Amino acid sequence: METATIHDERTEEGRRLTLHGRLTVRVIEDISPRLREMEDDPVPLTLDLGGMKRVDTTGAWVLYRLVEHRTEQGFITELTGLTPRIEALMAQVGKANQMTTIRHPIRKRHFHLLARIGAWVEGGIYQFGTFLAFLGLTMLALVRALMHPRRLRWLAILRQAEVVGVSALGIVGLMSFLVGIVIAQQGAVQLRQFGAEVFVINLVGRITFRELGVLMTAIMVAGRSGSAFAAQIGSMKLAEEVDAMRTIGMPPIEVLVIPRLIATTIAMPLLAFYGAIMAIVGGTLISWLQLGIPPAIFILRLQEVVPLTDVLVGLIKAPVFGIIIAVTGCFHGMQVEGSAEAVGEKTTAAVVQSIFLVIVLDAFFAIFFTALGWA
Amino acid sequence: MSVIKDDQRGPIIQVEGLRNQFGSQIVHEDLDLSVNRGEIIGVVGGSGTGKTVLMRSILGLQEFAAGKISIFGKPITGLAEKEELEVRRRFGVLFQNGALFSTLTVAENVQVPLREFHSMTTELMDEIAGYKLGLAGLGPEAGPKYPSELSGGMRKRAALARALSLDPRLLFLDEPTAGLDPIGAAAFDHLILELRDALGLTVFLITHDLDTLYTICDRVAVLADRRVLAAAPIKELLEIDHPWIQDYFRGPRGRSAMAGDRENRKLAGT
Repeated sequence: METATIHDERTEEGRRLTLHGRLTVRVIEDISPRLREMEDDPVPLTLDLGGMKRVDTTGAWVLYRLVEHRTEQGFITELTGLTPRIEALMAQVGKANQMTTIRHPIRKRHFHLLARIGAWVEGGIYQFGTFLAFLGLTMLALVRALMHPRRLRWLAILRQAEVVGVSALGIVGLMSFLVGIVIAQQGAVQLRQFGAEVFVINLVGRITFRELGVLMTAIMVAGRSGSAFAAQIGSMKLAEEVDAMRTIGMPPIEVLVIPRLIATTIAMPLLAFYGAIMAIVGGTLISWLQLGIPPAIFILRLQEVVPLTDVLVGLIKAPVFGIIIAVTGCFHGMQVEGSAEAVGEKTTAAVVQSIFLVIVLDAFFAIFFTALGWA
Repeated sequence: MSVIKDDQRGPIIQVEGLRNQFGSQIVHEDLDLSVNRGEIIGVVGGSGTGKTVLMRSILGLQEFAAGKISIFGKPITGLAEKEELEVRRRFGVLFQNGALFSTLTVAENVQVPLREFHSMTTELMDEIAGYKLGLAGLGPEAGPKYPSELSGGMRKRAALARALSLDPRLLFLDEPTAGLDPIGAAAFDHLILELRDALGLTVFLITHDLDTLYTICDRVAVLADRRVLAAAPIKELLEIDHPWIQDYFRGPRGRSAMAGDRENRKLAGT
């Protein structure tokens, strides 16, 4: 096995160390502290390296350190049996020797908490400002693109619509279907206490078209596509692809953001309507199995109790949510700078913020539509 | 644990009948190459001839379609986990773009292999990180910086420091001097040469830098037509009548590097 042995003896002239074996990075854990001890021993030291089989830079460096520290303190150190190789290595590491800071320590400040709150507020304001600027740029680019439809990148829009919309059909459908089942089943349990099971149809129909269909879909799209936008654009920024676009004369907002924005805005109402229908299907199924309401009756009654305004409310909200998700995702992607860590951070921020904004806006919409009398 | 013997004779890397294929595109076909202990072998070839793919195959990062690759006399496929680790810690690899860990500082990057394979005191590790950076030509101020704060050339040096951190027997360098200024590139060449002489390092070097090829390579392997056309000292390569080799070494850049090399030798002689 690869080991090094140190033979330590006291002679008339002083201390004599005889090293055998390998002095490599593998054995340095044991050898280093033992050589370190001798740095402060004033007795003249003779190091016999004649028996060394292999010395690597780490070994040479440990030897160099010993000699250097002893010489600094004025102690005598003599090396014998030094091969030219070891000597060259020691000279090389000696030349390279330097102390470096491994990581800047985090500065302890007074009012640490205050400083953090301050930084948080400053960061928030800055981000809000840049977000507004980004929104403005996007709107400008959108208007310009709509005025010159030839500048729209139809292929990119279609491709994004496929990724955001068509590929999401499976998961959005399944999720909505299950949500419909849960609403109908739980609603039935409660309403049965009053003998009003038939109102399950009102419950399922109104809540899915008005609220849940679009809200759940928006959350799913934010998680699927908002995050993807942030990660894609972020990685492209890291790889200087965005800069390359600028130098070629392709405005990144027009190339990257506008297609995603348009695709999401178109896909969201379609997905939301589809989601609502799937939830109705789930509700119908449970009503049939648990309450014995035949599907034909369910549909007929649905037409009577769900006003058209409910459907409109959902369909008006959906594209707005789409805009929010796309803009937030792209904005955070564009904010990526520095390292791969930033991509992760910004992707998380994109999802969290877009879901949050969607829910806040949903609350405003609820008040707004009620005030309109679309209750 | 079966320790792989160090003092084996014979080639350190042996590639036989290697075949690499991406879909219908064949990159390597029946490729043979052997690298001897303690030599610096340069690998050259036009763009897309699979220099990096060859390196990745040897490193075990790339599954190949057919052939056999042995390192230290052991086939790299089908090694037990422990053996594989044992082999791997004898490698130092410098990737083309550095491949530094972006969440760690430069000094921490250098310490990663030390931390992974050894249990050292923090003090010793910090000292080692310091001189490794020095060896690679970086000053102490680079230590606490993040890779994203470094220039391309400095990132390369930091990556070299990490590749050297375990004092490997075998060093893989993928275009180490690309993107370095000529002074830095010359210093890099010098460093590799010094380390080879002092440590008996074997170096597998992918490069387009003709000066590097002339100054430090013992042999140069030419990749063309999906295989290693020849692996020989440059002098012998010049005799081979192959259009690519002739264009490469006898083109304007090749000639000036050759002239520079002669100059150096003359100076060294006096």
